[in-house]
Amino acid sequence: MADLGTAWPWLSLILLGAFHGLNPAMGWLFAVALGLQEGRLRAVVEALLPIAIGHAASTGLVAIAIGLLQLAVSRELLLLLGGALLLAFAAYKVATRFRHPRWVGMRVKPHELALWSFLMATAHGAGLMLVPVLAHLRPASAVPALATAGHAGHAMAAGSSIGSGLAAVALHTLAMFLVMGLIAVVVYQEVGVEVLRRAWINLDLIWVGALALAGLITLVLGLWAL
Amino acid sequence: MAVWRPDPTFYPSPRSAMKAPPEELAFVVRINPNGDSRPDAICVVDVNPQSSTYGQVVGEVEMTHAGDELHHFGWNACSSMLCPNAPHPHVERRYLVVPALGSSRIYIVDTKPDPTRPKIVKVIEPEEVADRAGYAKGHTVHCGPDGIYISALGAPDGDGPGGIFILDHDSFDVLGRWEIDRGDQYLHYDFWWHLGYDTMVTSEWGTPKMVENGVQGDLLLEGQYGHRLHFWDLRRRRHVQTIDLGKEHQIALELRPAHDPTKSYGFVNTVVSLNDLSSSIWVWYRKNGSWDVRKVIDIPAEPAEEDQLPDILKPFKAVPPLVTDIDLSVDDRFLYVSCWGTGELRQYDVSDPFNPKLTGSVHIGGIVRRAGHPAAPGPLNGGPQMVEVSRDGRRVYFTNSLYLPWDAQFYPDGIRGWMVKLDVNPEGGISFDPNFFLDFGDQRAHQIRLQGGDASTDSYCFP
Repeated sequence: MADLGTAWPWLSLILLGAFHGLNPAMGWLFAVALGLQEGRLRAVVEALLPIAIGHAASTGLVAIAIGLLQLAVSRELLLLLGGALLLAFAAYKVATRFRHPRWVGMRVKPHELALWSFLMATAHGAGLMLVPVLAHLRPASAVPALATAGHAGHAMAAGSSIGSGLAAVALHTLAMFLVMGLIAVVVYQEVGVEVLRRAWINLDLIWVGALALAGLITLVLGLWAL
Repeated sequence: MAVWRPDPTFYPSPRSAMKAPPEELAFVVRINPNGDSRPDAICVVDVNPQSSTYGQVVGEVEMTHAGDELHHFGWNACSSMLCPNAPHPHVERRYLVVPALGSSRIYIVDTKPDPTRPKIVKVIEPEEVADRAGYAKGHTVHCGPDGIYISALGAPDGDGPGGIFILDHDSFDVLGRWEIDRGDQYLHYDFWWHLGYDTMVTSEWGTPKMVENGVQGDLLLEGQYGHRLHFWDLRRRRHVQTIDLGKEHQIALELRPAHDPTKSYGFVNTVVSLNDLSSSIWVWYRKNGSWDVRKVIDIPAEPAEEDQLPDILKPFKAVPPLVTDIDLSVDDRFLYVSCWGTGELRQYDVSDPFNPKLTGSVHIGGIVRRAGHPAAPGPLNGGPQMVEVSRDGRRVYFTNSLYLPWDAQFYPDGIRGWMVKLDVNPEGGISFDPNFFLDFGDQRAHQIRLQGGDASTDSYCFP
């Protein structure tokens, strides 16, 4: 019972990582295109790391923000705020019809690819989708953060809280990286981009549904905790 | 609005687009040359050979004003929506974006739910383009991965510079001028891109004042019309290189880059040489990180008697070929060349772009030739002009009017509009479909767009 209780946030992080890796807009398709343009698998593989780094940076910022907020506000308030933010963001995505940055071309250097991935993940709210899990991931030592007197305690709590957040991001990104890499290589080597015509279901819709669902879960968790 | 699968007319690569099913409808611009109150229209033509109305106009939508002079047009979205850097696979290929070369209006025409009954859903007035982009006389439309690109011949006062402006994919609002740094570019006509190389190419015709009253003989003889190509960084919207084809090669028009995004070459035509009235086709190609060109096809003028010629050509005692449109098949194998003056449509095998081989030719119309068609013995006037190739490369369609003020100079007896279709032998060779001759009567026809896409619409990010 206790095992399951501590395992589910990590399992969720892995599943969300796989979901993000699955989305062509998060990077695998770009890796395939770069490979096809150069005509070698190596270009596919070389694109994966910068894309993962950009994704990790985007979700990492959210994790750090949550870690810091945990010091300042109560868990309930954090969950309520996070839930509201997620729902608002989902509504924003629908209202703006899934716009995203369009500045990048097809010939990209690794740092540009990482920046592209960062912007795509941010614009899609990939990090925000992790908010309920991140808010839940609260190491025992960080619980009495506000109650602990003195700077040392505060810093320790902050470090611990951010540390578990970053561990969460690392796990999430690893899952994303593996799924993205697997799809990219299989599509490049075996399946071909022809598959897009049939298999590219409207992930924007599922995505916004996931954002809204994450928002609702966070809100309910927050209300439950009140 | 929400769809679950990508639009079935989007193909990731030219290779997969070649396997597209045959088109069943074509959209064709119809222009009223008579100066009366009848507006121009987009006609819907049945191109399904199994249909009882094959080769006939089965629907149309008239514009809201008369005297627009519709010319070129394009789709709101196409296969470039699948590009991985800015993917938007779940928008629909649905709206035709129709700029008017005469009035500078832009019509947005909805082809759904019934493509034979298209409707105008928005009219962009010239003032909006002038205020937001500083341009007038919209011409070529291309569906880009990040917006709808439209070229413009010049500024609202009739001078230059011409350039490109962007429409929003969803709202069709004019977002503004595309160029951040135009370098020495002043004249404008066509544009297209190499998505795999982040490169845009633009060509040169003339400013509105130089073209709207017909070709100006003095400007032409001075070599004032366009004769340069411009290469741009598509992403940074900056001019990077100019290539001069030579002042004697006047009017550089249609740009047909290879559809395969890994290839870095394309074709452009020049209309008339000041040396001998010939037309030429050139290849641009990438070499050591910059662009170069080479002339690969020369089409000579044909001798003629003075009394067979319109006034503008009498002194030369020859008919220039006046190559005014070219089109490259989706597999980059065949280049189709419209000789509007001599009344010939040629097919070249350009598998090796530097060594084109003439593989087919048909005659119809022409300033002197006036050749007929199996279904219309003739004499016919006008000549092969706007040419469109089906995605599978098996069918070619073309119409016979160029541009009203220029039609009047080269075909002063008044063009009767028609549209015809060729069948293509996959190994080379073209012939008229004897069952397809669409007579537009005293109206004229210009650009053709095929339902679901064609060889001069879609661009691809995957080879």
